[in-house]
Amino acid sequence: MTRHAGFIAVSVLLLSIAVVGQEPRELLWAGDAEGGSPFVEADPSDPARVVGFEVEVAALLAEGLGRRPRFLQVGFTSLDAAAARGDFDVALSGIEDSPARQSRLAVTIPYYEFKEVLTVRDVDAGRFRTLPDLRGRRVATLGATLAYDILVKAQSELGIVPVVYEDDVHPYTDLVLGRVDAVMLDDVLAERGVRRNPGLTNQSTAVGVGHYVGIAAPQNTALRDQMNAILLRAMQDGRLEAIFRRWKMWNDDQPRLYARLAGGQQEDASAEQPAQPSSAWDATMRYLPALFRAAVITLLLSSLSMALAVAIGVLIASGRVYGPPPLRALLTAWVELIRGTPLLLQLFVLYFGLAAVVQLPAFLAALIGLGLNYAAYESEIYRGALEAVPAGQLDAARVLGLSERQAFVLVRGPQAFRLALAPMTNDFVALLKDSSLVSVITVVELTKQTSIFAANIGSWVLPGALCAAMYLALSLPLARVARRLERTWKR
Amino acid sequence: MRALDVTDLSVHRGGRTVVRGVSFGADRQEVLVLKGASGSGKTTILRAIAGLDPIAEGRIAVDDMSIAPHQTLRGQARRDFHRRVGMVFQFHHLFEHLTALQNVSLALVHVLAQSRTQAERRAFELLDQMGIGPRARAMPRELSGGEAQRVAIARALAMEPQVLLMDEPTASLDPARRGDLAAILRQLAADGRTLVIASHDEDFARACAHRVMTLEAGQIVRS
Repeated sequence: MTRHAGFIAVSVLLLSIAVVGQEPRELLWAGDAEGGSPFVEADPSDPARVVGFEVEVAALLAEGLGRRPRFLQVGFTSLDAAAARGDFDVALSGIEDSPARQSRLAVTIPYYEFKEVLTVRDVDAGRFRTLPDLRGRRVATLGATLAYDILVKAQSELGIVPVVYEDDVHPYTDLVLGRVDAVMLDDVLAERGVRRNPGLTNQSTAVGVGHYVGIAAPQNTALRDQMNAILLRAMQDGRLEAIFRRWKMWNDDQPRLYARLAGGQQEDASAEQPAQPSSAWDATMRYLPALFRAAVITLLLSSLSMALAVAIGVLIASGRVYGPPPLRALLTAWVELIRGTPLLLQLFVLYFGLAAVVQLPAFLAALIGLGLNYAAYESEIYRGALEAVPAGQLDAARVLGLSERQAFVLVRGPQAFRLALAPMTNDFVALLKDSSLVSVITVVELTKQTSIFAANIGSWVLPGALCAAMYLALSLPLARVARRLERTWKR
Repeated sequence: MRALDVTDLSVHRGGRTVVRGVSFGADRQEVLVLKGASGSGKTTILRAIAGLDPIAEGRIAVDDMSIAPHQTLRGQARRDFHRRVGMVFQFHHLFEHLTALQNVSLALVHVLAQSRTQAERRAFELLDQMGIGPRARAMPRELSGGEAQRVAIARALAMEPQVLLMDEPTASLDPARRGDLAAILRQLAADGRTLVIASHDEDFARACAHRVMTLEAGQIVRS
C-alpha cells in the first residue's frame, strides 16, 4: 500500500515535470503573407522569411511570453475560422476589431488605429471628396471588412455600388483603369495603393475609424490577457511606437489610442459600425435578400456560361470530327491548353491580365472565362458522342441524298445529343459550383456572399447551411429535368 | 441505254486494289445477284455504285448520270444521283432516334421537300406495302431483324430509285422468311426497277435472280 502510494507520488511528480518541460516554447502566430507590405510579406531577399510590422509585433509578444515566434501562413478569409479551431496561438494580419470577432473569439486590445479613407483618381479629387459625392458610382473594397459594411449601408442610402475584391492590390489598379470610381479601405492600404499607382489621391476626410487586433481561440483568454499586458507595456515604453515608425505608419492617432487604453478605457468595436443584430436569426433575415440576389447571379452566370460552353463546344467538336488535319491539331491543342490550366488562372488572365488591352466588365469576363473553360470539356463529350453514332447511319443518310450538313443536323447530332445529355447535366452541376471562383474577379455570387455573411456573424454554420440549400435548390431540379428527358427518349 | 452500266471499274482501299477492271450492266426489271465469298469485292462494288466510296478507274452510269474516277457528288448532283440509286445495307442502319415511319419519311421531307403530311402518308403506304404498316410507330430497337429490313427497303424505295442495291439481304432472316423476301424483290423488279444484290446464299440467288455473277478477288470469274 505504502509502496503503491509512493509509486503514485513519484509518477505524479515525473508527470508534472514532463508537463512543465513541454510548456510550449513557440508562439505559433498566423497571418496571410499575400496581404503584403507593410503587414506580412515574404522577405524579398529571403522568401523563406516573412517581414512586416505584424512580424515585429509577433516578435514583441513572443519575447514578452518567453517564447520563440513561428509563422503560420493562413489565408486572410480563413483566419477567423482557423482561430476558432485553435489552429494557432494568435493571428496578426491587419485584422479589424469587430463585434462579431469580440463575441466569438478571444480578441486582444487594439494596437493600431486606422482610418477608412477614399482613394480617387487625381482628376476626380475635386469632385469625389466624400461618400455622398459618389452617389450611383462604383466603389471598390475588400469583402467582410468595416469598409465593406459602410459601403453596404451607403448602397441603400446613397445608391453606391460596392465592388468586392478578394485582395487589396487590384482595387487600386482597377481604379486607375476606370473600372471603379473610388476605393475605400483603411489608410495603411490606401497609402500603399497610392504609392504603387501614380495618378491616385487619398482624400483626407476619414469615413470611419477602426483598429487592428490580434485574435485567438475563444478559450485562450489567459494567453490573450498575457498578450494584452505585453502590448500595454510596449505602448508605454515606446517599443510599439518604434515598430510603427520603422514602417512609416506612426501618426497622432496612435498616442491618443495608447493613452485611452492606458487609462483603462475600452474601445467600442461597434462605434463606427452599422448596428449589429443581436441574434443569428436577425442576421439571417438581414442577409437573406442579399443571398437570394447572389443565388440569382450564380444561376444566371451558370446558365449563360453553359449556353456559351455548349455552343462553342459543338463548334470545337465539329471541327475536330469534320475539319481538315491542321484545324483538328489546332483545336486539340486549344482543348488541352484550357483543360490543362486552372480556371482560376484563366479568370485572372481574362480580367486582370488583359485589362491593358481590353477592359471586360467583371460579369462578362466571368461569363467568357467559365464558358470557354467548360467549352473545352463539352467539346470532348460531343466529340465522343458524335463518334459513337454508327458510321453506317451516315452512309444511309448519304444514300438518301441528304447533304453532310443535313446528316449532321437530322441524324448524327440528335443521337449524339442524347448520348451527351447525362455527362452535360453532370458538367452543368459542376459549373454551378465552379462559378464560385469568379469572386476573385469581383463578381459577388452565392459562395462569396455567404462568406461575407459568415465573416459578419462570425460563424459558418447557418450561412453554410443556407448556401448549401440554395445550391441544391438550383441543381436538383436540373437533374430531374435531365432524367425526364432521358426517360422520354428511352420510351 | 441500260439502267446500270459499269465499265472497267477499279476501286482502291488503303492503297490496295480491291476491285479490278469489272464491267457489267443491268436492265430494268432485272434482278442481278453478285455472288462470292466474303472479301471478294461484292460490297465494295455496291458502295461504289451507291456513290459512297470514290472509284479509282472506270465509269459507273445510272440512267443519264455517271460517276467518274475520284469524283465525289455534291449538292444538286448528289440529290439527283440518289433519286436514281438506293441502297439497303446488311445491318439496315436505321436511324435509331426515329420511328419506322420517320425513317421512311425523312428524305421525302428534307431531300424532296414534301410536306410532312404528304411524306408521312407516302411513308405509311410503303410500310404497308412491305407488310409492316402496324409497326409504323415502333422505334428501330423494337423491331425484329426482318421488320427492320423491310423498313430499310421502304426507306430506300421512298426516293423511287431506278436501281436498288442490297447487301446480304438474307443475313438477318431465318430460312422461312427468305422465300417471302425473294417474292418481294421479284415484285419490285416486275414494277420496273433494277435490283443488284450482293449475296453468298446460293438458294436465295436461285430463288430471285434473273442472272448471277460470281466474283473472286475483285474480279468477275463467272457471268
